[in-house]
Amino acid sequence: MATYQEFIQQNEDRDGVRCSWNLWPSSRLEATRLVVPVSCLYTPLKERPDLPPVQYEPVLCSRANCKAVLNPLCQVDFRAKIWACNFCFQRNSFPPSYAGISEVNQPAELMPQFSTIEYIVQRGPPTPLIFLYVVDTCLEEEDLQALKESLQMSLSLLPPNALVGLITFGRMIQVHELSCEGIAKSFVFRGTKELTPKQIQEMLGLMKPATSGQQGKPLAPHDTAASCRFLQPVEAVDMNLTDLLGELQRDPWPVPQGKRPLRSTGIALSIAIGLLEGTFPNTGARVMLFTGGPPTQGPGMVVGDELKTPIRSWHDIQKDNARHLKKATKYYEALANRAAVNGHSVDIYACALDQTGLLEIKCLSNLTGGHIVMGDSFNTSLFKQTFQRVFSKDYNGEFRMAFGGTLEVKTSRELKVSGAIGPCVSLNTKGPCVSDNEMGVGGTCQWKICSLTPATTLALYFEVVNQHNAPVPQGGRGAIQFVTQYQHSNTQRRIRVTTIARNWADAQSQIQHIESSFDQEASAVLMARLGVFKAESEEGPDVLRWLDRQLIRLFMFHLRRSPFLQVFNNSPDESSYYRHHFVRQDLTQSLIMIQPILYSYSFYGPPEPVLLDSSSILPDRILLMDTFFQLVIYHGETIAQWRKAGYQEMAEYENFKQLLQAPLDDAQEILQTRFPMPRYIDTEHGGSQARFLLSKVNPSQTHNNLYAWGQESGAPILTDDVSLQVFMDHLKKLAVSSSA
Amino acid sequence: MCVVGIINYLFIYCWSCKGTRGPPTSGAPPVSGAQNYSQFGQGENQNGPPPMGAPPQRPPVSQPYTPGAVNLPGPQHPYGQRFGAPPVSMQHMTNQMASMQVGSTAPSPAGPGYAPPSVSQAAVSAPYTPAAPPTFPPASTASSQPLPTEALAQAPPHSYYGALPPVQQPFQNAVPTFSSAGPTQPQAPPPVSPQSFPQAPPISQPPFSTAQVHPGPTQSYRGPLPSTQSSFPRPPHPTSQPSAFPAGPPPTSIPSQLPGVMQPQPPVSQPSPYHSGPPTTSTGFPPQVGAPPRPSFPGMQGPPMASQGPPMASQGPPMASQGPPMAQANHILPTQPGMPPGPINASLSGPPPQPGMQGYPPQQNGAFGQVRGPQPGYTGPYPGQPNYGAPPAAPASAPAAPKRLDPDSIPSPQASDMPPVQKTRHRIDPDAIPSPIQVIEDDKANKGSEPFTTGVRGQAPPLVTTKFQVKDQGNASPRYIRCTAYNMPCNSDMAKQSQVPLAAVIKPLAPLPPDETPPYLVDHGESGPIRCNRCKAYMCPYMQFIEGGRRFQCGFCNCVTEVPPNYFQHLDHTGKRVDCYDRPELSMGSYDFMTTVDYCKNNKFPQPPAFIFLIDVSYNAVKNGTVGIVCQELKTLLDYLPRENPDVESNIRVGFVTYNKVLHFYNVKASLAQPQMMVVSDVADMFVPLLDGFLVSVSESRVVIESLLDQIPEMFADTRETETVFGPVIQAGLEALKAADCAGKLFVFHSSLPIAEAPGKLKNREDKKLVGTDKEKTLFQPQVSFYNTLAKECVAQGCCVDLFLFPNQYVDVATLGVVPTSTGGSIYKYTYFQAPSDQERFLNDLRRDVQKQVGFDAVMRVRTSTGIRATDFFGAFYMSNTTDVELAGLDCDKTVTVEFRHDDKLSEETGALMQCAVLYTSCSGQRRLRIHNMAVNCCSQLADLYRNCETDTIINFFAKYAYRSVLSSPTKNVRDSLVNQCAQILACYRKNCASPSSAGQLILPECMKLLPVYLNCVLKSDVLQPGADVSLDDRAYLRQLVSTMDVAESHVFFYPHLLPLQKLDVESMALPMAVRDSEERLSRGGVYLLENGLNIFLWVGVSAQQELLQNIFGTPAFSQIDPNMTSLPALDNPFSKRLREIIESVRAQRSRYMKLMVVKQEDKLELIFKHFLVEDKSNSGGASYVDFLCHMHKEIRQLLS
Repeated sequence: MATYQEFIQQNEDRDGVRCSWNLWPSSRLEATRLVVPVSCLYTPLKERPDLPPVQYEPVLCSRANCKAVLNPLCQVDFRAKIWACNFCFQRNSFPPSYAGISEVNQPAELMPQFSTIEYIVQRGPPTPLIFLYVVDTCLEEEDLQALKESLQMSLSLLPPNALVGLITFGRMIQVHELSCEGIAKSFVFRGTKELTPKQIQEMLGLMKPATSGQQGKPLAPHDTAASCRFLQPVEAVDMNLTDLLGELQRDPWPVPQGKRPLRSTGIALSIAIGLLEGTFPNTGARVMLFTGGPPTQGPGMVVGDELKTPIRSWHDIQKDNARHLKKATKYYEALANRAAVNGHSVDIYACALDQTGLLEIKCLSNLTGGHIVMGDSFNTSLFKQTFQRVFSKDYNGEFRMAFGGTLEVKTSRELKVSGAIGPCVSLNTKGPCVSDNEMGVGGTCQWKICSLTPATTLALYFEVVNQHNAPVPQGGRGAIQFVTQYQHSNTQRRIRVTTIARNWADAQSQIQHIESSFDQEASAVLMARLGVFKAESEEGPDVLRWLDRQLIRLFMFHLRRSPFLQVFNNSPDESSYYRHHFVRQDLTQSLIMIQPILYSYSFYGPPEPVLLDSSSILPDRILLMDTFFQLVIYHGETIAQWRKAGYQEMAEYENFKQLLQAPLDDAQEILQTRFPMPRYIDTEHGGSQARFLLSKVNPSQTHNNLYAWGQESGAPILTDDVSLQVFMDHLKKLAVSSSA
Repeated sequence: MCVVGIINYLFIYCWSCKGTRGPPTSGAPPVSGAQNYSQFGQGENQNGPPPMGAPPQRPPVSQPYTPGAVNLPGPQHPYGQRFGAPPVSMQHMTNQMASMQVGSTAPSPAGPGYAPPSVSQAAVSAPYTPAAPPTFPPASTASSQPLPTEALAQAPPHSYYGALPPVQQPFQNAVPTFSSAGPTQPQAPPPVSPQSFPQAPPISQPPFSTAQVHPGPTQSYRGPLPSTQSSFPRPPHPTSQPSAFPAGPPPTSIPSQLPGVMQPQPPVSQPSPYHSGPPTTSTGFPPQVGAPPRPSFPGMQGPPMASQGPPMASQGPPMASQGPPMAQANHILPTQPGMPPGPINASLSGPPPQPGMQGYPPQQNGAFGQVRGPQPGYTGPYPGQPNYGAPPAAPASAPAAPKRLDPDSIPSPQASDMPPVQKTRHRIDPDAIPSPIQVIEDDKANKGSEPFTTGVRGQAPPLVTTKFQVKDQGNASPRYIRCTAYNMPCNSDMAKQSQVPLAAVIKPLAPLPPDETPPYLVDHGESGPIRCNRCKAYMCPYMQFIEGGRRFQCGFCNCVTEVPPNYFQHLDHTGKRVDCYDRPELSMGSYDFMTTVDYCKNNKFPQPPAFIFLIDVSYNAVKNGTVGIVCQELKTLLDYLPRENPDVESNIRVGFVTYNKVLHFYNVKASLAQPQMMVVSDVADMFVPLLDGFLVSVSESRVVIESLLDQIPEMFADTRETETVFGPVIQAGLEALKAADCAGKLFVFHSSLPIAEAPGKLKNREDKKLVGTDKEKTLFQPQVSFYNTLAKECVAQGCCVDLFLFPNQYVDVATLGVVPTSTGGSIYKYTYFQAPSDQERFLNDLRRDVQKQVGFDAVMRVRTSTGIRATDFFGAFYMSNTTDVELAGLDCDKTVTVEFRHDDKLSEETGALMQCAVLYTSCSGQRRLRIHNMAVNCCSQLADLYRNCETDTIINFFAKYAYRSVLSSPTKNVRDSLVNQCAQILACYRKNCASPSSAGQLILPECMKLLPVYLNCVLKSDVLQPGADVSLDDRAYLRQLVSTMDVAESHVFFYPHLLPLQKLDVESMALPMAVRDSEERLSRGGVYLLENGLNIFLWVGVSAQQELLQNIFGTPAFSQIDPNMTSLPALDNPFSKRLREIIESVRAQRSRYMKLMVVKQEDKLELIFKHFLVEDKSNSGGASYVDFLCHMHKEIRQLLS
C-alpha cells in the first residue's frame, strides 16, 4: 500500500477531499479525544479534465429520507438487478434503463474510479447566466473612468446570451432600463428608504404578471418580458450598454465640505436583490457590487456622512462604539439570506484607500459564494486583472463559475454531519445524518452555495456517533456522499456526486494507525476555519484562548499571528476580507495564507524555500514571499545596492540580471493563476513596503534579543511579538503541565 | 339725488380750489417742465405746488405737477401727447370757462389745470358734477395756472372734465337758470356748500325726480337723436311732455306705485341735481353729450323730466336725448318729488307702454349711438355733436315695443317672497330699470377721451369698461388698485350703517398699455428702501418731510423718522423736497424698489427661477392628444420665456417631467447626446432623482430638449396606463426647486382623477344629491388635507403651480385646485378636450401663461393709515399670519381683493392712505419691491360715500366674498346674506341720503344703480345657484377662477358683453353699442357676439339677413351654418375681416383665450347661450333682473319700515 501521503494525494486529486483523519476512530469517545474532529475539506467543483460528465440522471435510493445516489460502494446484485444502498442498506431495484447491466457492463457510477461522477440533467428550459452590475458613482473621476472601462471590457467577456443589468447608485439608486432605444431610461430610488421586495418589484413594474400568474412561475414568458427591460442579453444591448456606461457621470449631488458623499449601497443592493428575486428566482445570477466607499446613508449605513466621524475601527468595535455596526450587519445579513434563498450571489469589489464597510457587507458574499476583492483603487491592475479573472475560462472554454449549488451530505450511520464552514448557507434540511452538535453552519445536511468556482472549498465537520460499547465490525468502512447540484456556466443543470469511504479503527488498539493517518495540513486548515468561524462570531481574545486550548498540540504559531485571528494592525474591513478568502480557498491556498511561503534567490544555488524567519532576510538574497494576498519581492541590502548601481545593465553582469529576473518570473506565474490577484509588491531592504515581509516572518531576532544583535544573520524585527522559539518554549511548558 | 348733492359739493370744492390755487397760477409758465415732471412724479403733485402753501396737502397734488415738470427735464411722450390733446380741451375749457366766469387766464389752462388741481376732493365730485366742471376749470386755472404745463398735463387727464365742462357750460349758458346754478355755485358755493349738501340734494332732487327718466329712455333719446334728427322730435316729446313722460317714467314709476317696483326713470338722483340746477336739463345733457362723465347722466334724468320741457326747447334734441340717459343711469325710481312723481306713477301704471315705447326705442338706439357718439364727441365738440354722432348708429330702429317685457309674462322668481299684491302690479318695463349698457356707454362718453390722472384724492376712476389712459400723479393707477369706495366713512359706525364694503382690488403686477410708463425702479442703495421706523411703510408721496428735510413724518402712522444722510435733500419753501420730482417714490403712486440682501430668503440673493413642465402621459392624456400638443408647442414656446429685457435671453431654467402612475424625470443636460429618462416609482415618498441636468438653460440644451419633446409622444403612444397620481407630481416639482434652491413655476398638464395609490389619492365624490343641502359646502372643500399641507410647503419654497386640466369626467377640481390657488397659480380646465376644436384655446392659454410676466416668492403687505386696517384678503395665495399675503407666484393677471375695517377714526383731512408693498423675485432673479400707494377721501356724510362708490368693484368683492363663503356656509345662506347686505346698503342710502319720497319708490344711488342687476348676476352664477347640468368641477373651477379676477374680468364674467353685429359699421373702428343681456334684446334678424371672459358665442338669429350670413359664414343659408365651427371662415369681405378683428381684439383683452361657439337660434346649443343672458330668468331658478329688482325693493322696504 502506498503511503498515506500518496493516498491522501490520490484522494484529493480524484475527489477533491482531504480528511483530517484517514482512519476514523470507531467511537464517539475516542473521536473526542482526538481533539481534531473527523472532518474534511471538500472542493465540490474541483476541476477534473479527465472526468466526462454522463448524460443521464443519477439513480437514487428509494428510501424517502435517504435518497443516496448509486455509487461504487453499493453492493449490486446484477442478476436480480438490485442494489443495496450503502448508507441505509435499502435494497433498490434498478430502473428499467439499467436493464442491460451486468458485471461486465457496468454503468460508470459503479466503477471505483468514478467515486466522483458528474451527471448532466436537463430540467426545464436553460436559463442564461445573469450579471447585474451595481456600480457606485461616488468615485473620483479617475476611478470611475477606470471602472467604466473595466465594465465595458467585461461585456466582451460575457457569453453572448448572458443577461446583464445595470444599477448605479450614489445618493440615489438608478436601475437602468436597457431595452429601450433613444432615450436612456432608468428607474430611480432614493437611498434612504427601505423598501420591501414587493414594493421594489411594484415600482419597477415587475408585478403586473403576478396578478394573473402565481408566484411559483418565475419564468413565465410575460414575466421574462417585464424583467427584460432591466436584464438584457449582452448581444442585444452591447452597444447600448457600452454607451450607457460611457455616459455614466459621477454622482451629481454636491458634497459639502467636511462630508462624505452620500452613498446608498444598502438600498442599491436591496434593489438589485429584489429585482432578481422578482424576475429570476432560483436561477443563477451574480450581483456585482463595485463600490468606492462606505455606505453613508439609509439602511445598511456604515458610517455617517460627517467626515469628522471616522469609520469604525476594531478599537471602536471592541469598545462597542460602532453605532451602525450591528444594524448594518443585520441588514446585510437579511439581504444575503434573501439572495441565497434565490440562488443569487453577490460579489463585492471594493476599491478605496479607506474602509468601505466590508465588515458589514461581507456576509453578502460569504453567504452567497460571491467574491470579495479589495483594492486601493479601481485604477489598479490588482482590480482590473482580478476582475478579468472572474470571467476566466477553463479548458473547455467555459466559465469557471457555477451557480445555485446545493450540497447535500449523506453519511453512514456511524457518522453525523455537524456542520460546514465555507461560502454557504444552511438549507435547514433535517435528516437522519444531522448531528445535534453544531460546528460551523450546522443543523442541516444541505447547504446552498449560490456561486461556486473550481476552487471553492468547504470544510465539513462530522461527529462519530457510534457508541463505545457498540463497536464497528472490524474492517468496516464509514462512507460519506456529497451530492452537489448546480447550474453550470453553460446553463446546464448538473449533479456531481462524490462518495468517499474510510476505515474505522479502534483507537485503543490501532492508535498508531490513526496517528499515521493524520493529515496535518488538512487539519491545520480545518481547525483554522473553525477558529475563523468563531472569530467572526465571538470576541477575539476568546477565540485565541479557545484555539490555544484546543490546539495546544498543534503547530499553529503562524495561524495565531495571522490576520484571520489577529485584528491588530488590520482594519475591520481587511480582517473581513482575509477571513472571507480563507474560508473558501482550497487547502493549498489556505496553507499559504496561514504560513506564507518564502523563497530565496541567490547566486549560491537555485531558488529555495526558506524559513519564514527573520534570519532568512539576508543582504545578498532576493526573497519572494507569497501570503496569498500579497506577493512581495524583497531585495536584500546588497542586491538593492547593486541594482541601484545598475549592474544588471552591464553585459558582464548578465547573471545578476537573471537573478533579478528570476523572482519576477515566478511572481508572474503566481499572479497569473491566483484569484483574487494578490497585491504585488516589489521592494527592497529599508523600503517602506518591506513591512509586509517583516510583519510575517518569525521575529527570531528583535531589538530585544540582544545576543543576536550585530550578527550577520538576518534582520532584526522591531516588534514585541514573541518569536516562534519563545512560543514553542511556552507551549512545551504548557504541554507538560497538567492544567492543559 | 346724488347729483344734486354732488353739484353742491363740487362747487364747494371748487371754491377751495380756486382759493388755494389762485396763487399758484403764476407758476404756470414752466409748462414744458411740468410735463416732464408729471411723468415722473405724477403722484406728488400735491407737494409740488409750493405756491399752494396754504393747503399743503391738497395743493401738493396740483403743485407737484408743476414742480415736477420743472424738475423733470425728460420730455416724455405722454406729455407731448397731452399737450396736443390739451389744446383742444383747453379751448373747450376756456370757452366753458369763459362762460363760466373763469375768464381769468382761463385760457391757460384752466381747463386742464382745474380739474386735477381741484384736488382730489374735487375729483370726487367732479365726475358727478358735470356742471361743476366748469367751476373747476376756473379753479384749476387759477391754481394750476402757475404752471401752464401743469394745466396742460392735467388738462388731458381732465379732458373728461374739460370736455364736460364745455358741454355743460354751453348748456348752462343756454339755460341761464340752470347754468347759473352751476356756475353760480362756485360763487354761491359758500352758501350751498355746507348745508347745501344735505339740503341741496333734496332740493335738487325734487326737480330731478321730476326728471326721472328711465335709463332706457335716455338711451333712447340719444338714439333717436343720433340716428336721425327727426328723432329729435320724439325726444323732445318725451321730455317736453311731462305728462307723456310720466307715461314713460311710469314704467319706472311703476315701482313707485308698486312697492316692489322699480322706477327706472326717476331713479337717477343725480339727474335731479342737474335738473334742479338747470333744470337745466340742458346742463345735464351737455354733459352727457360732451362726455361729461357722470354729470351728464344725472343731468339727463333730471332734465328730461322736469326741465326737459324748457331745455328741450332751448337746446332741442340734444338736451332731451342726453337727459334721458342720465336719468336712466341713476335709476329707477321715480320718486319724483315734483310733478313727475305723481304723474309718472300714475302714468306708469297706466300708460307704461307708451313711455316704454318711447323709452325703449330710444334706448336701444341711444345705446348704440351713444357709444360712438361720446367718443367722437370728446375730441370734437363736446356737447351735442358727439351725441349726434352716436345717434346715427343708434338709428337702428329700436323696436322698443317688441322688446318690452310683458309684465304678465314675467314670472316673479321671488314670487313666494313677494307680496301677492306686487305680483299683480308687476309691470315693469325692463327698459325703465337701470341699464348696465347705458351706464357703460355714458362712462365711456364721459371719461373715455381724456387721461385719468391719479393725483386727485378720492376721485373715482373711469369704469373698467371704458378705455382710458392713466397718468400717475401720486396714487396708483386704477389698473393696479380699484376701491369700492373712494370716500371712506370716517368711522366704523358709518361704515356699519352703510354696509358698503370697504375694499380694494389690487393687481400688483398689472400690465399697462404701451402708452403708459411702467413703474420706475428706485434704488436706495445698500441700506435698502427707506422706511418708516415704526410701521415700516416705504418711502412714498405721503411722507411729509420736516425739519428742513432731516426727518420725515410717516403718513400712515405719523411716526417721525430720520432721513438717512445719503437721502437728505433740502426742502423748498413749500416744505417739499427739492428733488421731489426726480424721485418716483416721492411723486408717483406706483414704483419698484431694488432691495438688498436683507429682503431675500435666507439672506441670500435668489437664484433665477425655473419653470418645470409636468405632463400627464397616461392613456387618457395620450388619447386626447394633449401630450403631443404640449410637446410640440413647448418646442417653440421655450423661446419665449418671460424676461425683463427683451434683448437678453431669459435666464429661467426649464425642466421636464412626465408621469402617469409613476414619474419620469428627464436629464437634458447639454452635454448628452440623448435625453435620459429617470423613473421614480416611489410616489409615496417623492424625491428628485437628479440635480445636474434637470433644470437647464433652454439655449444650451436646445438640441436635447427638442429631442426629448419629439420622443415623449412616441414613447407613450402605446401606453395602457390609465391611473395617475397628482400629489407626488407637485411634490416632485417642489423638491426639484428645493434641490436647485430657487423659486419657480410648475406647469402641470393633468387629465384624470388621481386614483393611483399615492399621497393625495382621491376618490370620486361627485354627488349631486348634496347640491342645495347643508352639506353642499363639503363639495367645495378639498377631500383630503394633503394638498393644503403641500401648498404650504410650495409657498415656502416659492413654488407656484399652474394646472391645466383635461378631464373627461369628474377630477375633483376643488381638491386639485388647492395647491394652484394657494400658490398664486392658475387653473385651466378643458373638459372633454378634443384636439381639433380645443387645441387653439389651450395653446393660446398656454402661451400666455408661459410668457406672462411673473414674480416669485412674493409677499404682499397692505399698510394703511391709522384708523383702518386690512382685515381680509381674497385671491390665490397663502397666509401664514394675518397680515402677510404670500404668493409663491404672482403674475400679471393675479388680483388680490383686500377688505378694510375701521379700528379707529379716520380724519377727513388726511383721508385714508394705503400702501401695498409686494416683495417679489423678478423673472430675472432680482429681488424687488413693488409699491402701490393709494389715497382716498374720508367722509363724514354718508352721501359722500354713496357718491363715490364703484359698483363693479363692490361686485368683485361680493363675488369673492360669497364664493369663499360657500366653503363654510350653505349656498342658500350665502345668497341670502348677499341680498341682505345689498338691501342694507340701499336702504341706508334711501334713509340717509335720498330725499323723502314715497315708500313705493325704489331709489338707488347713482353709483350703485347697477348694484341690483349685477348682484343678481352673482347670485344666479353657477357657483351660487347651479343648474342641473353644471358639474361640481365646473363650479369649483369657477369659484377658484373668480377669486383672482380683477374688476374688469369679474364685470364681464357676471355681465357678459353682447354685441349686435348687424349694427357693426365696418368703416368705423368703433364697436356697435352693446345690448343688454336679455333674450328680449335679441332680434331674430340679427347676429350677436357674446363674451364673458371665458367664452365667445356667436348667436345667429333664424331670420338673419342673408347678406350678413354671407359675409360672416360664406353662406346665405341659415341652415347651412355649421354649429360646430370653432373659428370663422376667413372671408375676403370687410365685414368678415372686421368681425374677426373684433373677436381677436376681444380675446386679446382677456387673460384666457375664449373659444368661439356658434349658436344658432332655436338650436340645442342655444340653451347654453341663454345661460349667459343674465337679465333673464335662468333655468336654474335665478331671477330675472326685473324680478330681482322687485325683490330687492321689497327687502329695502322691509328694512326701512
